[in-house]
Amino acid sequence: MSIDAATVRHIARLARLAVGENELAPIAGELSRVLDLADQLGAAQIDGVEPLAHPHEQTLAWRPDAVTEPDRADAFLALAPDARGGLYLVPKVLE
Amino acid sequence: MSAYGNWQPVIGLEIHAQLSTQSKLFSGASTAYGAEPNTHTGLVDIALPGTLPVPNRAALDKAIRFGLAIDARIASHSVFARKNYFYPDLPKGYQISQYELPVVAEGKLAVRLDDGRTIEVAIERAHLEEDAGKSLHEEFHGATGIDLNRAGTPLLEIVSKPVLYSAAEAVAYMRTVHTLVRWLGVCDGNMQEGSFRCDANVSVRPVSSEKLGTRTEIKNVNSFRFVEKAIEYEIERQIRALENGERIVQETRLYDPARHQTRPMRGKEDANDYRYFPDPDLPPLAVTADDIAAVKATMPELPEARRKRYVDALGLPEIDAAQLCADRATADYFEAVLATLPGEAKLAAETLNTQGALHPDAKLAANWTLGEVSAALNEAALSIEQSRVSAPALAQLLARLREGVISGKIAKDVFAAMWGGEGDADAVIEKRGLKQISDSGALAAAINAVLAEYPTQLADFRGGNEKLLQFFVGQVMKRTRGQANPQQLNALLREKLK
Amino acid sequence: MQLAQALRERKTSATELTRQALAAAKNRVDLNALITLDETGALAAAERADTALTKNPASALAGIPFAHKDIFCTNGLRTTCASRMLDNFVPPYNATVVDKLAAAQAVAIGKANMDEFAMGSSNENSFYGPVKNPWDTARVPGGSSGGSAALVAAGIVPFATGTDTGGSIRQPAAFCGITGLKPTYGRVSRFGMIAFASSLDTASVLARSAEDCAQVLAAMAGHDGRDATSADRAVDDYLAALAKPLQGLRIGVAREYFGAGIDAGVAAAVQAALKQYEKLGATLVDVSLPNAALAIPAYYVIAPAEASSNLARYDGVRYGYAAKEPKSLEDLYTRTRAEGFGAEVKRRILVGTYALSAGYYDAYYLRAQRVRRLIANDFAEAFKTVDLIAGPTTPTVAFKLGEKNSDPLAMYAEDVNTVAVNLAGLPAISLPAGFSEKLPVGLQLIAPAFEEARLLNAAHQFQLASDWHAHKPEGVA
Repeated sequence: MSIDAATVRHIARLARLAVGENELAPIAGELSRVLDLADQLGAAQIDGVEPLAHPHEQTLAWRPDAVTEPDRADAFLALAPDARGGLYLVPKVLE
Repeated sequence: MSAYGNWQPVIGLEIHAQLSTQSKLFSGASTAYGAEPNTHTGLVDIALPGTLPVPNRAALDKAIRFGLAIDARIASHSVFARKNYFYPDLPKGYQISQYELPVVAEGKLAVRLDDGRTIEVAIERAHLEEDAGKSLHEEFHGATGIDLNRAGTPLLEIVSKPVLYSAAEAVAYMRTVHTLVRWLGVCDGNMQEGSFRCDANVSVRPVSSEKLGTRTEIKNVNSFRFVEKAIEYEIERQIRALENGERIVQETRLYDPARHQTRPMRGKEDANDYRYFPDPDLPPLAVTADDIAAVKATMPELPEARRKRYVDALGLPEIDAAQLCADRATADYFEAVLATLPGEAKLAAETLNTQGALHPDAKLAANWTLGEVSAALNEAALSIEQSRVSAPALAQLLARLREGVISGKIAKDVFAAMWGGEGDADAVIEKRGLKQISDSGALAAAINAVLAEYPTQLADFRGGNEKLLQFFVGQVMKRTRGQANPQQLNALLREKLK
Repeated sequence: MQLAQALRERKTSATELTRQALAAAKNRVDLNALITLDETGALAAAERADTALTKNPASALAGIPFAHKDIFCTNGLRTTCASRMLDNFVPPYNATVVDKLAAAQAVAIGKANMDEFAMGSSNENSFYGPVKNPWDTARVPGGSSGGSAALVAAGIVPFATGTDTGGSIRQPAAFCGITGLKPTYGRVSRFGMIAFASSLDTASVLARSAEDCAQVLAAMAGHDGRDATSADRAVDDYLAALAKPLQGLRIGVAREYFGAGIDAGVAAAVQAALKQYEKLGATLVDVSLPNAALAIPAYYVIAPAEASSNLARYDGVRYGYAAKEPKSLEDLYTRTRAEGFGAEVKRRILVGTYALSAGYYDAYYLRAQRVRRLIANDFAEAFKTVDLIAGPTTPTVAFKLGEKNSDPLAMYAEDVNTVAVNLAGLPAISLPAGFSEKLPVGLQLIAPAFEEARLLNAAHQFQLASDWHAHKPEGVA
């Protein structure tokens, strides 16, 4: 699969990665080669084969409904690049 | 035929009901509302590197409970999927939801409309997902503040098929779901706190067309009134656009209650590519027949069944039955009153009383529950569970009323005293000396005194002004502080006035 | 563990061993094997271990110095995942693996270098620079657990923790001439281990011998209620199983692992090791894994897809790196991620995002998941007739620094024999099996799910009968 600069721009936007205009073409080249590798999957006989998302066909284990987490807001907020007044801050978002 | 001329609106609702669990869907942090920002967050909720989700069993049971109530299919195998998008109130950069295989599918719900019709609304699915946090856009150093207390709270997203054809139908459906989730105890239904909110998908099409028009989605409306207004506005906006030859753009819109209009939401341009895939941290969830049976064993009688029983077996008017069943606690209160009315068993249920009810006390109990009790609760801003007059206490009062110990008017005063904490009905009647005067000697004395006091009116009456009867009744009541037995008073008075 | 014996006999102390390990680590900064050396924490832990050692019975690991791969969260100690993104990240909690080894009184001396977010096969993708192979410092130690492997091979610590998503324990173990175990998916908790690809990630140990691996795995394994993919089943007695003779053991030799691309010297060493197994009483059986060639393409779709989502949380809001002076939310996101992640991580995020995106999901992600089942079925089929499957861990010995890192595809090809095991969630071990061009060669043994005891037994018996695992690089004591 060969992908172009516009596709790179689109997926970089979906992935929220800043990519300079001059980087688009080289990245497109690299990704195309990786996708060529992935395209080898086309050779597989997969008719009627169910996808396998989890290795052991496990089913989900549940926890009982109980509050077990203490309030550690101060320790958590101290990790943040920008937090004030008990809130994480980000540049102003308009809806 | 349509209220919109040649256009038919088609509406589907996505209702988000917060499941009333103690802890979050995938973490042991509290879900309690109203805490200081970010104090109800655990390692998982702020998406620290290395943390993993572990699901809350109570959320699954509540989802199954709702599924059973709408006669849906409970999936034996369903899957948590990741919905990937970036937003500051979504700490992991994805929301854990369900996509291809929801836990509840293909249900239905009977919805009674205000005009008396009942429609059956097909519910496509109900799935478990986690809520996002809150973005606080008020000026904060020119920034947006993020509170993650709500992040990870369990939601049941209830998705109707696009089978609602007016704002009124949509709102009636939403109210019915609201009643049901509270009835089942799966959601507290508190709309101010955002526990129950709704996205509306709205499109219009020519009446002659089978094909759905392009839809818009109105996000996060959290009151019945606003849902109705938003949908009304959107229908009219779309019709106007189509009639002007414009095309409808598929988009997400926000309702602005101040202006009563909807407007396109910003920053959602790549909203269509959520890159759903099965969450690799969460193996598929299996629901066994035993799991379903365990939930089924705890199912209450559903509101629709109870409403029907109130009409068919108790003989209540439709409107009373519907009002009582708007809320399970109210219906339970009513039944508790009925069940504890002393001597109730002695009265043959099949004897029709004056209201035509099949149950002799049902109408009385309904009237008081919906009348005095509701009014007092409203005034005090209390829920019926917090009523200052318990169901057995009300039953005692109604028993005295029925026995003729007190009159209806006095009963209201006694109720007020009970509400004010003066004790039970018997204590209030005793203390205040409110027993009805049924002693004909005492009544006759009171009547004689009144007639002596108002000779002019007595002459008028005897001269043919029969309207004055009520005047005399009133005066006797006043003299007896309302305790005169009304029937007896009437009879005696008529005799004396002859 | 020899050190454990010495500790119990009071010939040395935990504090003494820890001082030696810290000194050795400082002496070999040229290897760049550690991101963080935690002298204070290590000496305090050693003191506690010495107290514990006065009581009987102390844990077999009490007082033994080791290193954690810098992917395991350590409460109060910086955990970087070798990324600029987490250069300043001090976790407020411990990974389950960290808690378990601390409970066993083992003494962590610091955090080992690795490929950024465990993405790499050479340890050249680290924000803190590449790790050098102790056998030849011009060569790579393998990756992504390259720092862990180098520390053990250089004799700085007797074991180190590692993680294996597509060979990240086994390949560096092979390149560094040590023993590395990848457990069954779900056998060891992933809680607190920074995620790369959640359905493939496993945590375990690299050590000098299978016996040491057994000792450490016994301390690490077990069900964890904080990991919904953790296996809720009893842990076998790995140590008790070591002594069992191999008489009657059927070892499947997968012909696909000896195909084109394998170095002659590697093949020869592995064949010789298999002969050794025959002498030990095992039977060699020719088996086929017909979809083996599809493992790399399937892996390089599934792992990036999961990674693209797992790494979305690094957004500059709650922890870690944040771009300076963001002009808008978008600017904060896109620059934080562009500046905070290295080239290989970004490449995989883009590939994974693409594979999940509208219009490509079926052709890439879903197709890869179907192929994943075919690969798992191949193993299940083979295990109907054999007890273990054997082959070279890697097609080549350790390559030179810079030799492959300009070509992602050449690098990905290094994982040809290891990734299928992760796709199937099986346990596997790499053990030293000789040398080629004076560099170590690894033999990989693969077992059915939860048969770690069988793997460790087979590896241990081989190590009783050979001394490849005892070889050390020149100058290493």
